Amino acid sequence: MANVSFSAAGDTLYAYLAGEIDHDAAQTLRLALDDALVSRGPRTLVLDFGGVGFMDSSGVGLILGRQRRAQALGGTVRVQHAPRQLRRVLDLAHIPCMTEEGGTHP
Amino acid sequence: MKPENTTRIQFDSLSVNEGFARGAVAAFLARYDPTVPQMADIKTAVSEAVTNCIVHAYPDRVGPIVLTVSVYPGRLVRITVADRGVGIPDVAQAMEPLYTTGNPEERSGLGFAVMQSFMDGVRVASRPARGTRVTLTKRLAAKGEDT
Repeated sequence: MANVSFSAAGDTLYAYLAGEIDHDAAQTLRLALDDALVSRGPRTLVLDFGGVGFMDSSGVGLILGRQRRAQALGGTVRVQHAPRQLRRVLDLAHIPCMTEEGGTHP
Repeated sequence: MKPENTTRIQFDSLSVNEGFARGAVAAFLARYDPTVPQMADIKTAVSEAVTNCIVHAYPDRVGPIVLTVSVYPGRLVRITVADRGVGIPDVAQAMEPLYTTGNPEERSGLGFAVMQSFMDGVRVASRPARGTRVTLTKRLAAKGEDT
């Protein structure tokens, strides 16, 4: 089970993901994120994984799918605050993750 | 070698059961006190194997998934995830990173790559129209051993 809440700052939209992201949860999250991309049209969509306790490769599919969708709408997607277990999955897909301090994880 | 302890559960290939499957494995293994990263590795690999059954083995019907967890002497964990679905015609191709027959917009094709990266061993046996069995192995760190 997972959920997402949004907050906007200028033309950046922050999506705060929470819970466990698997194939089941990814289907619900995809609808919510695509709806926000289309209705708000942000220049940058920031996916914040700080509240996510578990993620398998379904989360990678979720991120890559949103990147394609955002690019088609003229925007970009950034990933931040993924806990260690998630970063191991992200690393396999070579998806960079931003830290609290604004850099990327090694 | 004879396992010290085994559990076997069968459940339907519904995506709501992905969380149940990895939670059940975690609950069974909790008494062996794995490290937090090792438990996370096992849960992630199980989630990948079960998702493969739901998405690929039974693409247009609900079928049974049988999950077996055994612990052997020396803290060796062996998990099998078996289905009676469509089978994989070319196992080597299916295990290549980024290969997917699912919706490429939403499936990363990294399921087997995650299993191979997070477990010590991954074996796949499959027969078209008969089903697939994925065997995952991992040795838990000795209590107090750092991983």
